[in-house]
Amino acid sequence: MKKRGIKIIVAFVLFIISLVIKFPNEWLNNGIYILLYLIVGLDIVLKAIRNIFRGKVFDENFLMTIATIGAFAIGEFPEAVAVMLFYQVGELFQSYAVNKSRKSIASLMNIRPDYANVKRNEEILKVNPEDVNIGETIIVKPGEKVPLDGTIIKGKSMLDTSSLTGESLPRAVKENDDILSGCINQNGLLEIKVTKEFGKSTVSKILDLVENASNKKSKSENFITKFAKYYTPAVVIIAIFLAAIPPLVIKGAEFTDWIYRALTFLVVSCPCALVISIPLGFFGGIGGASKRGILVKGSNYLEALSDAEIVVFDKTGTLTQGVFEVQKIEAEGISNEELLKYAAYAENYSNHPIALSVKKAYRKEIDTKLISNIEELSGLGIKAKIQDKDVIIGNEKLMKEKNIEYKKCSEIGTILYVAIDNKFTGYILIADKIKKDSKEAIIKLKKSGIRKTIMLTGDRKDVGENVAKKLELDEVYTELLPDGKVEKIEELIKTKTKKGKLVFVGDGINDAPVLAISDIGIAMGGLGADSAIEAADIVIMTDEPSKINDAIKISKKTMKIVKQNIIFAITIKILVLILSAFGLSTMWEAVFADVGVSVIAIINSLRALK
Amino acid sequence: MNILKNYKCNLKGLDCANCAAQLENAIQKIEGVKNVSVNFMTGKLIFECSEEEEKEIIKKVKKTIRKEEPDLEVEGI
Repeated sequence: MKKRGIKIIVAFVLFIISLVIKFPNEWLNNGIYILLYLIVGLDIVLKAIRNIFRGKVFDENFLMTIATIGAFAIGEFPEAVAVMLFYQVGELFQSYAVNKSRKSIASLMNIRPDYANVKRNEEILKVNPEDVNIGETIIVKPGEKVPLDGTIIKGKSMLDTSSLTGESLPRAVKENDDILSGCINQNGLLEIKVTKEFGKSTVSKILDLVENASNKKSKSENFITKFAKYYTPAVVIIAIFLAAIPPLVIKGAEFTDWIYRALTFLVVSCPCALVISIPLGFFGGIGGASKRGILVKGSNYLEALSDAEIVVFDKTGTLTQGVFEVQKIEAEGISNEELLKYAAYAENYSNHPIALSVKKAYRKEIDTKLISNIEELSGLGIKAKIQDKDVIIGNEKLMKEKNIEYKKCSEIGTILYVAIDNKFTGYILIADKIKKDSKEAIIKLKKSGIRKTIMLTGDRKDVGENVAKKLELDEVYTELLPDGKVEKIEELIKTKTKKGKLVFVGDGINDAPVLAISDIGIAMGGLGADSAIEAADIVIMTDEPSKINDAIKISKKTMKIVKQNIIFAITIKILVLILSAFGLSTMWEAVFADVGVSVIAIINSLRALK
Repeated sequence: MNILKNYKCNLKGLDCANCAAQLENAIQKIEGVKNVSVNFMTGKLIFECSEEEEKEIIKKVKKTIRKEEPDLEVEGI
């Protein structure tokens, strides 16, 4: 490419000089033009000759060669050189732009780890990550990439997850935390037990996704390739007629004049600028999105997203955190801390999610020697002796059954009533928490023109409606079984306008069928779930619902750029064609317009990357 | 039913978007080849065909590439 650049600059300078200094000898003048032509255009001419033998008459090299040789033939020497020169400038600029955006995607690929330090027989070996087995221990030093997914068994550190999630704040990790490949270990030494082989690790999945993105082509792209297929032959055929017929029909018309007009047609017959600027724009959009932790599986999805009209959310894990947390403790007669302590002790041996959240809230060590006589009361709660006190903990039914007078809690969520020695001592409210940016996400979606925001949930009516009200969603459907969700989506698809698209956002767990039937399925925080990455069209690597709005914004911007390019390029080309048919445009203007359109369309496309 | 397998290869030197589209069309016409995609931006060719016909079809694909774009280097299949 560099060589080509130098060649073009040299030829350009010589060309300007030869235009300014006119040698008195015409032969010398023309000789210089031919020499310059060969410098810039020989490779094109050779390619054109080769292509004729392969039957490719509408090949751009061939068309440029005909246009320029034709110009020589009718004595327009400087034009011939100019056409070839500017054509080459356009080509050079194209390959520069393509390389640039290819490189920016390649930098995303930098998350690929080159090696893993694996511990075998008390020795540390540097091996290819593909050769590490599940269950082996790997060491990750500060500054190194985590090569495989695993669980930390020793050490703590700060992790830079920006290449995975676009999140710039480092994340603190410690023993027993799960760790994803592709993160960069910032400061501590980590020992990790590998839980997934390389091919199934997060980093491989992401690389695969990014590499294969944009294989599914958008409608605009297909439109342009189809347009190009007819455009070039049409222009060439018109050019032939233009050169041959008017001089025969119109009195006093000169052959050279009409040939000149026909040659001008050939100059703008190449649809390259158009064909290149569309995939370049989408590629940029997809690249820009992945920088923000949004992986789009194909340009068709990016295109469709700009027409999003209805956004349907799953509740648990999408709008809410999907983890049950103690939200409120209301003790009677004893302190809140003590109430929580009794509850945690009583729930110590239970693995129920509710029990886990109570223990998580208690945080302190549990002295198991103090617990005795545990009895699980199925569907009601737990009975246990802690130290010398009889503790009953469970739902309302349990309190009624044991004839304990209790104070009813009217808040929404799961409520654990606690009684000590048959006396009500308070309750603990456990509920799923709404994510921090859920509300902001809904507001922004409405602002960016989404007609309806809807939530689907398998959860109880009161819980679901409460969340929907807090988030100001337009509609909510509760107590849905998985196939009920599919039916609901089918119904909702019928309510949208012809062009509008329905987007479903879920966490990818249990909602693969729904992701698949929606126009666009978005899986969130789905790095862990394989099924999500497979079923979804767009994967958001963080668990922030506000990224959906970012994705829509990127898609709208990309579509705007793509449409601008299509309209701009086609308009200019047709304008030049009309002008030159009437002899109002010179070959100079045509080549400037053509290369100019290419350059502008390409620069415009590169904007999508930002 | 024939099970289709996915094949992927790099096309080195793919530097013209229109040619990529034409190449895709040409490969699409080969019998037994399904879901062809020539991605100009990533320089990748992806297609599906049944495993039994693999050898024959890859040969035909390579031949088509040579005919359409003789300057391309095919890597990976």
